[in-house]
Amino acid sequence: MMDFLMLDNGAACAVNAIPCVEMAEFRAALIDGVTKQNCRVSAFCALDINSEKRLLAVLLDSALKKLKLLSSKVGTAYPALTCDAPAFHWFEREIWEEHKILPEGHRWLKPIRFSAPDAEIGVTDYFTLQGEAAHEVAVGPVHAGVIEPGHFRFQCMGEDVHFLEIELGYQCRGVEKLLSGGPDVKTLHLIETAAGDSSIAAALNYCAIAETMNHVEVPPRAVALRTLALELERIANHIGDLGALAGDVAFLPTSSFCGRIRGDFLNMTAKLCGNRFGRNFVIPGGVRFDLDDAGIAELQKKVLQGEKELFHALGLMFDAPSVLDRLENTGVVTAETAREIGMVGVAARASGVALDVRRDLNCDDFIPETVRGGDVLSRALVRKKELVHSLDVVKRLLAELPSGEVQTPCPATLTASTLGIHLVEAWRGELCHLVLTDENGKIRYVKIVDPSFHNWFGLAMALRGQQISDFPICNKSFNLSYCGHDL
Amino acid sequence: MFEMLKARFFQGYRTGKFPPAAPNLPDHFCGRPQVEAHADIEAARALCPTHAWCEKAGAPAIDTGKCIFCGKCAACGVTFTREYRMAAMTREKLFADASPYTPEEQLDRGIRKMCGHSLKIRQVSAGGCAACELDFNVLNTLAWDMGRFGIQAVASPRHADAILVTGPVSRNMLLALKKTYEAMPKPCWVIASGACAVSGGIYAESPDVAGPVDKILPVDLYVPGCPPHPAVLLEALLRFIGRM
Repeated sequence: MMDFLMLDNGAACAVNAIPCVEMAEFRAALIDGVTKQNCRVSAFCALDINSEKRLLAVLLDSALKKLKLLSSKVGTAYPALTCDAPAFHWFEREIWEEHKILPEGHRWLKPIRFSAPDAEIGVTDYFTLQGEAAHEVAVGPVHAGVIEPGHFRFQCMGEDVHFLEIELGYQCRGVEKLLSGGPDVKTLHLIETAAGDSSIAAALNYCAIAETMNHVEVPPRAVALRTLALELERIANHIGDLGALAGDVAFLPTSSFCGRIRGDFLNMTAKLCGNRFGRNFVIPGGVRFDLDDAGIAELQKKVLQGEKELFHALGLMFDAPSVLDRLENTGVVTAETAREIGMVGVAARASGVALDVRRDLNCDDFIPETVRGGDVLSRALVRKKELVHSLDVVKRLLAELPSGEVQTPCPATLTASTLGIHLVEAWRGELCHLVLTDENGKIRYVKIVDPSFHNWFGLAMALRGQQISDFPICNKSFNLSYCGHDL
Repeated sequence: MFEMLKARFFQGYRTGKFPPAAPNLPDHFCGRPQVEAHADIEAARALCPTHAWCEKAGAPAIDTGKCIFCGKCAACGVTFTREYRMAAMTREKLFADASPYTPEEQLDRGIRKMCGHSLKIRQVSAGGCAACELDFNVLNTLAWDMGRFGIQAVASPRHADAILVTGPVSRNMLLALKKTYEAMPKPCWVIASGACAVSGGIYAESPDVAGPVDKILPVDLYVPGCPPHPAVLLEALLRFIGRM
């Protein structure tokens, strides 16, 4: 399709340059792109452009290494895309909830986060089963562990979970709404706290957009330090997830060791900027703090020590037949399902779907780590493989940190009437930020698509035919963000 | 089993020495701020993302319950000290000005008596970014091991002495938070942990937020930070039960 506007990752375009086509053509192009051209939906949203309501789609074409944009005018309804391309289903529910635009024919239309002021969370129609062996188990929003709130309904036939329905929205605090009217002193903090465990990835996205709009080049040393911080974020979270999986199957040695080692890596991030989650480190134009030679040496020592202890701890777990038996063939999502519903990141790669922003948009020689099984074990193994890669990146960066400045002055303003978009492969998967400015250079609209937004339905699919007792490890193996989804 | 013993030996005993030793804080750590005499208050106010500037006895002060410790006002004559004993039992005690600071002591003998050796906490996450929860969870790891002080996170509010609330309390979590509180046997205590829970933080002005926590429940302990460093939170809990 020639109608798409092709953009590189991090590019910006004038609002008027976004192609606008008729709805029939729009639908055909998107369905063709997703089902035949191997594109994936990075963002699909409704917004006001030149005082008219439009649907805007951003597809990621990994063959061309481009983002493809297309829009269409929309009234109060349009024929749903979900029936032809299920990857749109969650996006269409979001658009319906936020803008009251009806995707006609969507078979499962209900709020995804109960964000309307008069919405009563949890009060909605749920799937139900009838019959002698049918029963329902409801869990949450407050769970037994120290985790975020969400409501889960298991529809069971005897011992088997027939369907799991996931109801989110409890963490909804209006991040996107608060961002409009910026940029101001709050903007970067709101971006960083959309999902508090992915602060570096999110800040990278916003800063890349701000830098493109202001034509600011980030110094090489700052680029390296940013990558270092991003990989440390990935390492800490992957270690935490593997430790938590070990904990959930009651394999305490790895659980205890990983809990501590994760902290060691968070402390390395804190070494960079004072905050264990990397807050206030990445700023438009570079990074806030440099790392001196003593700091580099200290980090090098700690990384080597941490790496040794980590793989020792993981070895115990992956060598234990009792652990493998519990993880193997539990919560399987096939590659076909993963592709069809638009899963991304670790969970998709564990189902054998090789998609990764690092390869698909950024560089040619990166090879995504995939495993074929699609089960809990595969999701654990993908993390283990990525840890090896990330630790190598960290060690290489520390050894070869470029010299020079760590900041280029970057104005706090944005270009007027411009759309900027950037994706980064955060530790869970692809994280997409889209920023649209008005004629005064103020933020009119920000769309954040957290990897969890793509993947929550994958967790529901993983539970089919499993038992309720499999839920904790399935959930851990995805470890999706509630706040990143609810915003 | 022999393998596991070897593993235990290899990994070593790694629980931190804090307390009683001082905690290991990062170089760029931002602790309780101090407003210097030469501070440019107007400039600092303009930089502050959470409107944390307030007045204490007529003098300018930073409300550390609102502060997210971004450190931007350090350029305007505010010194971020390494003081990590920041938590307080009264909201006003969180206001940091130029005067010398001593952490607030637990004066309630009842709490010391009832919880001094055993504090069971039910955590409720209410609209935050999950970082506060993650760093509370960290106290459970063997690096911090809060269990050695009798502090434990429990699954049911029925078993809890206190709830530790994180997040600005989204409108969608309001009912669940109230129900959790009501389910706790009394007497019980409420801990607001992190800037969002204490004051709404960066989300204070959102129409989707019903908090902060003390608008809904009587708060007994305020813990500043975004998120509070594990040392800040552990010190807060220990001081609250009279162990510091």
